[in-house]
Amino acid sequence: MNLSPDIWVWVSAFLTLCIFSFLFRDNLLYRFAEHLFVGISAGYFIAITWHNVIYPNLVIPLFKQGNIIFIIPFAFGILYFTRFIPKLAYLIRLPIAFLIGWGSGVAIPATFQTYIIKQTQGTLLVPDAFLRWDSGLWAVIGLVGVVSTLIYFFFSKERKGILKPTANLGIIFIMLGFGASFGYTVMARISLLIGRIQFLLGPWLGIIK
Amino acid sequence: MLLILAILLAIQPPGIPIAKDYPNDDGGKIIVHWTKTPQEQEIDGYVIYRKEEGGTFSRIGFIGRGNYKFTDSNTKDGVSYYYQIGAVKDDSVLAMSSISEPSTSSQQWFHTGRVNVLVGVIIYAIILLYFIYHARMGKKLFIRKIPGLEALDEAVGRATEMGRPILYVPGLSSISDVATIASMNILAQVAKKTAEYNTALIVPNRDPVVYTVAREVVKEAYTDAGRPDAFNPDNIYFLTANQFAYAAAVCGTMVREKPATNLLMGMFWAESLILAETGTTTGAIQIGGTDSVHQLPFFIAACDYTLIGEELYAASAYLSHEPLLLGSLKGQDWGKMIILGILIVASVLILLGLKDIYYFFNIG
Repeated sequence: MNLSPDIWVWVSAFLTLCIFSFLFRDNLLYRFAEHLFVGISAGYFIAITWHNVIYPNLVIPLFKQGNIIFIIPFAFGILYFTRFIPKLAYLIRLPIAFLIGWGSGVAIPATFQTYIIKQTQGTLLVPDAFLRWDSGLWAVIGLVGVVSTLIYFFFSKERKGILKPTANLGIIFIMLGFGASFGYTVMARISLLIGRIQFLLGPWLGIIK
Repeated sequence: MLLILAILLAIQPPGIPIAKDYPNDDGGKIIVHWTKTPQEQEIDGYVIYRKEEGGTFSRIGFIGRGNYKFTDSNTKDGVSYYYQIGAVKDDSVLAMSSISEPSTSSQQWFHTGRVNVLVGVIIYAIILLYFIYHARMGKKLFIRKIPGLEALDEAVGRATEMGRPILYVPGLSSISDVATIASMNILAQVAKKTAEYNTALIVPNRDPVVYTVAREVVKEAYTDAGRPDAFNPDNIYFLTANQFAYAAAVCGTMVREKPATNLLMGMFWAESLILAETGTTTGAIQIGGTDSVHQLPFFIAACDYTLIGEELYAASAYLSHEPLLLGSLKGQDWGKMIILGILIVASVLILLGLKDIYYFFNIG
């Protein structure tokens, strides 16, 4: 064992163990680490937002370069603070409405492009897929999977007749996908745990190199 | 010396470069094409030179042999640029092409490579408007049962009976995320129910803008339910923007406040299982909903009910039965039906030899 002489490694190890103590039950050490983590990260976020967002994108162009057009986003941003003035609190809806409208406007075409058009193209059966029997089979399975999954997500029809077995087939495809995704993601989570254990056994305790 | 080397190797210059404004961009880029040097195996690659009107040529890039296209990403819109290509070996230019015609960069208002997206969005919008119109005219629209949402009343009722709060986690994404927008719609319906039952509703937020929206949504829901006095602004709060600090704080809230019901609705990442597992250990009834394919398996494993992807979007219509939302839900179903029809018909036509249909789905 070769204990680290670095005080910050000890602080880091202590906080890691504080968080891990939650596995046993909620306790004072976990609360301490939790509040410290939340407080520091919130403060850090404010500093980062000021230095990386507000200062370069608003303060410099508006107040230092005199670019008057930036008065519009500045005024919109200021409206967020009207919630502290009850008589003017309704004005907060303007930036919120703008943001949700902007968010939907940006998200809908992007979603359409990525999740509908490209995936539709990827699902289509093409002659090249049938040059080999196995790739042809997988292409057909893919098409059947997409069709049955789409039918599973029909909300405005009762699941009766042909829709019922097709939707049931769809949920089988969905669960197969989730199973594969579950295994893949669990592996990634385990690697996070391994990373912390390696830190405790390596830089802190010096048991492993 | 270079001239002698060039003569010995007999390197002919590359073809005259053709410079054009980079298509479908926001300006500042020119794309240059040329044809290869016939003796390409004798060279390392091509050097690209550029000059402005009346200026002198300077080197702006190098590209290995086998490549005959270069994107100049450092141009000023409206300025004319000339290009020349040099065949190079061991940092020595062996042959220079003729000078290109002048070209200027500019920004485009319309992306011609995405006409198919525009067509799709227009068709979809027409379908939505059609069904919303019919729903508003009073036409009854059927929606099948969604178990996760059927359980919502039970979940709110349970919290009321136990005298414990409901914890609503609106995901960790920004307001521009479709899942977050859907989550805000569901929050409005949940808040109406908690206002009616006089049950405490806790909404911790990660995104400051989502926090502001969530606060307004809950406040309005309480007002709509006729209980503006019951709205407690302190229960809707911003925690931190850090993903795992947020997860740690929400877990802390779960074990300390002991909510009877946890609703996890929106976009989640690696913290999904941490939240859902902690909720399970507290004995809360949990309904999870997300469109994140990687996190859904964790919600299915750890929550009592799960809204899978599209079900999350359908939830607000299902809960409120508002004509506007019901109409849009019906429109979405028709959208799916059209995609289904396209998949089958287009596949058959492509297999019969109409390959061009496949390229309609290309996006520039």
